[in-house]
Formats: sequence, structure tokens, C-alpha cells
Amino acid sequence: MITELEMGKAESELELGLGLSLGGGTASKIVKPGGGGAWGERGRLLTAKDFPSVGSKRAADSASHAGASPPRSSSQVVGWPPIGSHRMNSLVNNQATKKEDDGKKKAKDDETKDVTKKVNGKVQVGFIKVNMDGVAIGRKVDLNAHSSYENLAQTLEDMFFRSSPGTIGLTGQFTKPLRLLDGPSEFVLTYEDKEGDWMLVGDVPWRMFITSVKRLRVMKTSEANGLAARHQEPKERHKPV
Amino acid sequence: MDLRLPSKVLEHILSFVDSNEDRNSVSLVCKSWFETERRTRKRVIVRNCYAVTPEAVARRFPEMRSLTLKGKPHFADYNLVPDGWGGYAWPWIEAMAVKCPSLEELRLKRMVVTDECLEKIAASFKDFKVLVLTSCEGFSTDGLAAIAVACSNLRELELRECIVEDLGGDWLSYFPETLTSLVSLDFSCLDSEVKLSDLERLVSRSPNLKSLKLNRAVSLDALGSLLRLAPQLVELGTGSFSDKLDQEAVSKLSQAFSEMKELKSLSGLWDVLPEYIPLLYSVCPGLTSLNLSYATVQMPNLVELLTRCSNLQKLWVMDLIEDKGLEVVASSCKELRELRVFPSGAEGLNDTNVAMTEQGLVSVSEGCPNLESVLYFCVQFTNAAMITIARNRPNLKCFRLCVMEPFAPDHKTQKPLDEGFKAIVERCKDLQRLSVSGLLTDKAFEYIGTHGKKLRMLSIAFAGDSDLMLHHLLSGCESLNKLEIRDCPFGDTALLENAAKLETMRSLWMSSCCVSFGACKLLSQKMPKLNVEVIDEHPLETRPDSSPVERIYIYRTLAGPRLDMPEFVWTIQKNPEIGVSHLAIK
Repeated sequence: MITELEMGKAESELELGLGLSLGGGTASKIVKPGGGGAWGERGRLLTAKDFPSVGSKRAADSASHAGASPPRSSSQVVGWPPIGSHRMNSLVNNQATKKEDDGKKKAKDDETKDVTKKVNGKVQVGFIKVNMDGVAIGRKVDLNAHSSYENLAQTLEDMFFRSSPGTIGLTGQFTKPLRLLDGPSEFVLTYEDKEGDWMLVGDVPWRMFITSVKRLRVMKTSEANGLAARHQEPKERHKPV
Repeated sequence: MDLRLPSKVLEHILSFVDSNEDRNSVSLVCKSWFETERRTRKRVIVRNCYAVTPEAVARRFPEMRSLTLKGKPHFADYNLVPDGWGGYAWPWIEAMAVKCPSLEELRLKRMVVTDECLEKIAASFKDFKVLVLTSCEGFSTDGLAAIAVACSNLRELELRECIVEDLGGDWLSYFPETLTSLVSLDFSCLDSEVKLSDLERLVSRSPNLKSLKLNRAVSLDALGSLLRLAPQLVELGTGSFSDKLDQEAVSKLSQAFSEMKELKSLSGLWDVLPEYIPLLYSVCPGLTSLNLSYATVQMPNLVELLTRCSNLQKLWVMDLIEDKGLEVVASSCKELRELRVFPSGAEGLNDTNVAMTEQGLVSVSEGCPNLESVLYFCVQFTNAAMITIARNRPNLKCFRLCVMEPFAPDHKTQKPLDEGFKAIVERCKDLQRLSVSGLLTDKAFEYIGTHGKKLRMLSIAFAGDSDLMLHHLLSGCESLNKLEIRDCPFGDTALLENAAKLETMRSLWMSSCCVSFGACKLLSQKMPKLNVEVIDEHPLETRPDSSPVERIYIYRTLAGPRLDMPEFVWTIQKNPEIGVSHLAIK
């Protein structure tokens, strides 16, 4: 017979009917049988270990759930957003038709399309996708809301590695600052430019960067072969191998 | 002296009691009332097809004329339930064919229906009248032909968002010339073109036709002739609204719409061109329900339409309506009860309309006093907006907010959305259904557990910090009936602690959470009245107890373990070789 849970007055200590007891404190993390730690360890967020293809040079198509799903863009997760399949198919058809129309009529607009994107005839300014190696869910960041590389790096650090009390960053594991732009770090910030090449962020003046960036990727330093090592030759550009 | 009410008198009284909820209460009074009630119940609803066996239902309600069944869990709609999980209609149809041959109506939701099922229905139920299939799959248009040809008293045939193997449009031609009883026909989810002349003949010989929902393949031109044949329609789903028509055809269509004095519900409108929107103006004042969720129409064109819909109670639309369009709704549609706003981009974040924000919903909450049901897809939201909405609309019964960016905080303050949802559950005391999203901590769930006393259905995705959250919900939400969770760090402890609660609920779904294999085994051992299904596509024999399972689906049942489980569904009864849990129990 499983007994009722009794809540201690402090609400931070719980006597569990199964005889497991929790530590106190405000963090309210529950120690699982078997000695599990923070949920990030075997939580839902996919790590590079689960999917050997994640962290490869091609960021696209690498993040997907176990259990086959049709090809989808990076940062998409099965069943999200929660739209029924009929509606999803209809939207995809609309996209295809729209792209055809756009392609025929607006070929010359492509050059200006990187950061500014035409959606349903309206110009969508500044939002580009950011993916991080080992994190299935991508984010979006508004480049127009940033004035410099430092700003951007700070935002990305907050997004992916936020560890203020009561919240958990997307990875949940890291608490030290990222330092994406300077000094040695486990991660580097890279971007894909108009030509489809992957570059290290920081090479070109900020204004030039925001007109040529298509999307960002927080890449593991170990994966960044072929991109210039920052502390050695920051000015050189290389194409990824 | 026998003081019992004679059963004939009780029967007569019960003939006025329609609601199954009331009838369930009646059946609990005493044995003779139970008997009289069960012999007179005509409409039976089974909301989990595995909670009870078909034979038990047939035995209890021999006079059943109408059966409603639901199969797969709700998250099957979003591809979270692998194919082949279950929800087969066949055992039910087979059982009823023998035990309730007078069955007239079958309504199935999220079930696997094969052509054999449809053929069996056609062959077994002589007076079959109503077939409504919602989100079902497994059949082809051949099965529809079988229904069409054999059911000579057919009144309703509705296919809502089904996945059908479409072998062509011939099925419609199988309705015999002698069939004149049709009241409702919905084939909007099919792809193939039906023969227009057969459709026209069917419509002209159906004087009672009230609801007609066409598929996309029916052209605008064809619509004109159909409307002229059925001006009495109350519900219309158009086909594609985009062919180029000449002036004469346009004015004929306009005329046809203006003749439709009874029209209350309008849907379809695929690909509607802006220049055709004025065709709809004449029916707008009478509309109570408008579904524009497949109409890729931009905001300025929508405004004219919406200002004319002063009696609208239900509006489904895409985010192309933008905040400005929702302001128009707020000022024009004062009778609005239900609003659903869907994203217009297939990739969610990629293409979503940024001109629609939380402000749109705030406007509607201010302007529409009867608003009680909301489904809102939006890129981001704020606590302030939710607090305002809650203050404006304490009468909300259903609030489903889908912030499409997972873990998105309040975009103005960068704080979690805890306070916003707190306001919703605190103020909306009759809230029965809630879906949460965005960045949420333990606190949000503490609030929901404390205030969500009438909550029956709760959906959670990408939220939370710890097990405490699940504990708050299971111990606090007294009316909780269905709980579905994906990608949250909820795990064993809360589940095992609140195991008894699970018997008071219809079902619990958890996928991509932190429930361990051992906990599932332990729960199964402790709670024999529950089916604890582990749905995992990797083999479990060699798994340690501590390893997390992909999905768990738990539901109460009188039928015991089901017999149709596929390989990837594991239960302690089906797979006894897995053994008992080795979790330490003190």
C-alpha cells in the first residue's frame, strides 16, 4: 500500500511513502533511486552520444528524434509545434507553392534575402536560427537587436547556458561562462554565409556580418576542423572540410 | 407493501433523461434502477476503447443504437504514438454485429478502421444511419463505396481529418438512386476528384441535406451549381476557392450564396483569392461558425469579412489575421465563444507571422465577453498579457497556449511564464482544459495544483525543473482526468507517490521524460487495475531498471491487459520474463 505523501512545513523536505527522502533546500531537485543527478544527465535533451550524426559538419538534418521521421529542417522535433498532420501537410503544400511563385517572380531578391526574409509579402527583419551541437531544439535570435559581436555572444550564452536559480538552460549542465569569442573554450561560434560556407564568427566587421549571415551554429571546438583556430590566425578564412 | 417505482414508470421517466452523466448517476441508485437504466440506454460513449471489452458493453446495454468510441491517446495527433500501437475498431464492430444488430450510429475517434470494418458495418446493421470517423486511418475509398452502396437509410457520412488511401473518386457514385435520406456528407479530407454529375444528382435527391463539406478537388465553378441545388444548407465546406471564373460565373455564384438563408457554418475556402471574398458577404451576418484555418488570406482582406460576422460564435483562423485583424474581431464579433489561431508556417518558427503577438489575444479577451475557449499558437508571450486575459475573462473554460519556441520566456521581462499561468488558473475558476508552454519552473505547477481544481485535461511540453512539478499536479488537481506530458524532467518519484490518483483518471501519457523502467514495473505490480504500457522501440530485456523509457501510457481499465499489443508495447503481463522491479522499497 503506497502511503500518502506528507509535506513538511518548510515544503522543502518531503517524506515519501516509499521511504525515499529528499534533501532540503530551495533547489527542489529530487534524488532518484539509483543515484541519478540533475535531470540533464539522462533527460530528454539529446546529447551527441545518442546521435553520432549530430555535431557533424552539416548542421542541417542532424537533429532528429529516435524513431524515424520524414526529413525536416534542423531544430525540428517530432510533433512540434503540435499541429495535426492534415494541417501540417496543407502548410507544407502552401510553402512549396509559395516558394515556386517566389522563385519565378523574385529571383533577383535572393541577394538581399539573408537577414531580411519575405514572409507572405511582409519583410521579416533580423531573426535567424541558432543551433548548438548536442541540443536538439534550435533558437532564434534577432540580429537587429544587437549592435556588436559581444552583445550577440552574451545573448547566446544566456540562451543556451542560463543557469539562474529556478530555471535551467537548454543543456542544464554547464555553469561556466561560454566565452564564445575569445580565449579557449569548448565551443566556437560559427555562421553560414550567403554562399553556404561555414565561417568563424568575428572575422569581418559587424555590419558586414549581419548582411551575409544566414544562420548560426555553436559548434564543438573539436568539430571545427578546417575553420581557422582563433587564437592562431583570426583573420584567415577557411572553408570547412 | 412494495414501495418500488414500477419499472414501466421508471422507464418512462428515463426516456426524458438524455445526458449520460445523469444516467450514470441513476444507475448507481440501486439494483433495479441500474437494470431499468441499462435496458433503456440508447446512446453509449466509451472514451477509451481499452477500458472495457466490447462484449461487456453489449451485454450491459442491449438496446444500444448509438456507439461512440475513442482509441489512441491525444498525442497520436502529433505523431508521438508509433504506428501499430492499437485502437482497432474491428473487435467492436464484430461484437456489435452479433449482439447489437440494431445499431444505427457509430462515431469513432483516433481508431484504426479497415475496409473490412466498413464492409462488416454495411453487411451487419440493417438500419445503419450514421458513420462519423474523426482522425481515423486504415481504410480506403473502397470501404466508403461499401457503405454507400449498402446502407439504404444512411443519414450521415462524415470523414474528419482521416488518413484515407485514396483510390479515386468513384466511391461517391455508389450511392444508389434510391438513397434520399442524406442529411450530412463530409469528404473534405479526401484528395481525389469525385464525379460532379453524380454529386449533383445525390444533392438534388437529398431534400434533408443540411451539411455538405466538399474536398479541395471540387472547383469553384462546381460549387455554384451545387449551392443552387441545396440552398437549404446549414453547414457548408467549400472546395478550392481559386479558379478563375468569368464575370457571369461570378455573379451566378454570388446569387447562389445570397439564396442561402439558413447557412450557419462555413469552412473549406482553400486557396481563396482576395477578389472572391466579397462573394461571402451575404452569408456573413448569419454565420455562427467560420473556419478560415486553411484559407491563406492576408489580414486586410479578412477585415471586411469579419466586420460583417456579427453573430460569430466560433472562429478558426491562421496567424495571418495578425493583431490588427484580431482587434477587428474584438470589436465586431461580440458573440464569440471559441477562438483558434493556427500558425501559417510549416516550419513553425521559421515562417511564423511576427505581426501576430500576444496583443491579438488580449484584444479579443477585452472585446468578447462570452469568450470561453482559446487555442492560440504564437511565437512568444508575456506574463502581463496572460494576467490581463485572465482578468478580462474569468469565464474561460479552455485555455491552450502554444508558445512555439520551446523554453521561451516572457519576451519583455525574460522571466518564466509562471505568473501568467498562475493568473489564468487563479481567476478562471471553471477552467477545465489547459495547455501550457514556454519557459516554466516548478512554481507554475505549484500554482496549477493549488488553483486548478476543476481542471480535467492538462497538456505539458518542454517544461519544468523537477519531479516536484508532477507531484503538485497529481496531488492538487482534484478533477484531473487526462494528463499528457512530453519532454519534461518528470520521473519516478512523483509517479509512484501518486499511483492511487491514476485510478481516478482516464489516462496519463508521458513521453521523453525521465520515467525509469524499474518504476514502470513497480507501478504495474502495485496497481493491477491500471494498464501500464511502456511504448519503446528499443528492446527492454537487457535494460537496467534505472534506464529511462521512451513513452509510458497508463490508463484505468476493467478489461485487463489487452490482447492486441505490438512488439514495441511492453506490459508486465505480456512480458513476464522481464521480471519484477528491483527498486529498493523500504
